[in-house]
Amino acid sequence: MSEGMALLTIFVLAVFVGFEVISKVSTVLHTPLMSGANAIHGVILVGAVLVTGQADTTAGLVLGLAAILLATVNMVGGFVVTDRMLEMFGRGRRRPPRDTDPAATSGPPEPTR
Amino acid sequence: MSRGWTDLGYLVAAVCFIVALKGLSGPRTARAGNLIGAAGAVLAVVLVLTAEELDHLALILATVAVGSVLGVVSARRVAMTAMPQLVALFNGVGGGAAAIVAAVEMGAVDGSGPLVAALFTLVVGSVSFAGSAVTFAKLQELMTGRPVVFPGGPLVFGGLLLLALVACGVTYGIQDDGPWQLGAALVVLISLVLGILFVLPVGGADVPIVISLLNAFTGLTVAASGYVLGNTLLIVAGTLVGASGTILTRMMAAAMGRSVTSILFGAFQGGSTAGSQEASGRPVRSAGAEDVAVLLGYARSVVIVPGYGLAVAQAQHTIHELVEMLEARGVDVSYGIHPVAGRMPGHMNVLLAEASVPYDQLKEMDDANSAFPSTDVALVVGANDVVNPAAKTSPGSPIYGMPILSVDEARAVVFLKRSMRPGFAGIENELLYDPKTTLLFGDAKDSLTKVLQALKTL
Repeated sequence: MSEGMALLTIFVLAVFVGFEVISKVSTVLHTPLMSGANAIHGVILVGAVLVTGQADTTAGLVLGLAAILLATVNMVGGFVVTDRMLEMFGRGRRRPPRDTDPAATSGPPEPTR
Repeated sequence: MSRGWTDLGYLVAAVCFIVALKGLSGPRTARAGNLIGAAGAVLAVVLVLTAEELDHLALILATVAVGSVLGVVSARRVAMTAMPQLVALFNGVGGGAAAIVAAVEMGAVDGSGPLVAALFTLVVGSVSFAGSAVTFAKLQELMTGRPVVFPGGPLVFGGLLLLALVACGVTYGIQDDGPWQLGAALVVLISLVLGILFVLPVGGADVPIVISLLNAFTGLTVAASGYVLGNTLLIVAGTLVGASGTILTRMMAAAMGRSVTSILFGAFQGGSTAGSQEASGRPVRSAGAEDVAVLLGYARSVVIVPGYGLAVAQAQHTIHELVEMLEARGVDVSYGIHPVAGRMPGHMNVLLAEASVPYDQLKEMDDANSAFPSTDVALVVGANDVVNPAAKTSPGSPIYGMPILSVDEARAVVFLKRSMRPGFAGIENELLYDPKTTLLFGDAKDSLTKVLQALKTL
């Protein structure tokens, strides 16, 4: 199998994984999921670093560094902002539900986050 | 480190991203999922910095540091209400980064496949960048949130799209031994305009859905850059985001009762959200029983407002079961009883007494009204007019002056309704269109049973 064909195979399989992996999502989680997926494509940073590391012209270097800056903002900011959203979401829980480990419920009350 | 170990590390990072998306789709696993995704991203960056042969390493590290500070500060500082536009901004810069990577790499690519992928990245990355910038401006209210349409808009868009394809073709032709940089610059320029035109006609309420769509676009550009660079991690991560983002876009649109095409092209036909003043056909947020179960199960306090629909469906026993389950989870639950809910005064008290609901859970109207501002979720079961804020706010309304249960003061409102038909008084209820309102359509008893089942699996 040629390299191009192997990459295409990976692409097609990843499409199906992407479709399958989020088959059912509560509306409450739509925005955090979008934001989390958004952070994941910040991994273009890897590509930006590769391109910059091989740049042999000034223009290429400057553009590459610009790409690194944008991609880092995308990735780091994306994960942090998603975590902030989910933190808000978890705050609604007052005590653990009864069906969890009984030892957890008899312990001291969870500190309010 | 040998090539094999590096590639294995990239594979681990790719698996982290899959696990992250899976985790993000469930309320209990979401936060852990996000952290796993972040761990995968850190692993990938550490790998590329240590294992690949790179020049300008100091400059690269410095830029990554600056970007990290910018990202953390903006993500931490922004107000919770401004989250959507920040996500739009992050998405835009990601698309921009992908387009730049493609532009820089274009001179070096060999073969038609990678070249086409690079041109694709250039176009879609630029569209995503410009489109996200416009969605940011709309949400930040730097420009009007209403759809911006002008005569011939679709024609201009189609013409530019054709022009972009021609420019791509020319650049493809001269990539070997011509001024391909000029061609690439032209492609970027046209694509930026396309991105702006793509988002301008979208109404304010639909903008989050468009952000999700642009997010999927950026994912695909990342996958295409992975193909250009021969990097499997970029292909897997980008494709995952592209595919899951497409599904998510459709789910978000469905939750608002709209189709993606009507959102994108609705304004051309005059049917977009922000442009319409008519009551009927406006978007409402309808949800499934699982969504309602999550809302209720993770709330601190819930006030249930029963109405005629509860009586018709004979759902008093089911609702009592639901309340008991919520209380077992530690949720504070009470009933807000409107004196004229149902078809006779005291109808609800009788009905609930039949299901042996403890009397101290029933709150009279005044008590319930003082509780709503600190209530997480108001669950309205088959009631409509008795919670219609028009009674307080619209002097022209037939029910103006009627005392109501102010469920609109609760943090979230869930309506279980059979249909969008107005209630007994035949008056449209503005609250149904409020962004904090969720609707679950169906017979009250069926809906409650489904919510109950979903709650058990939570």
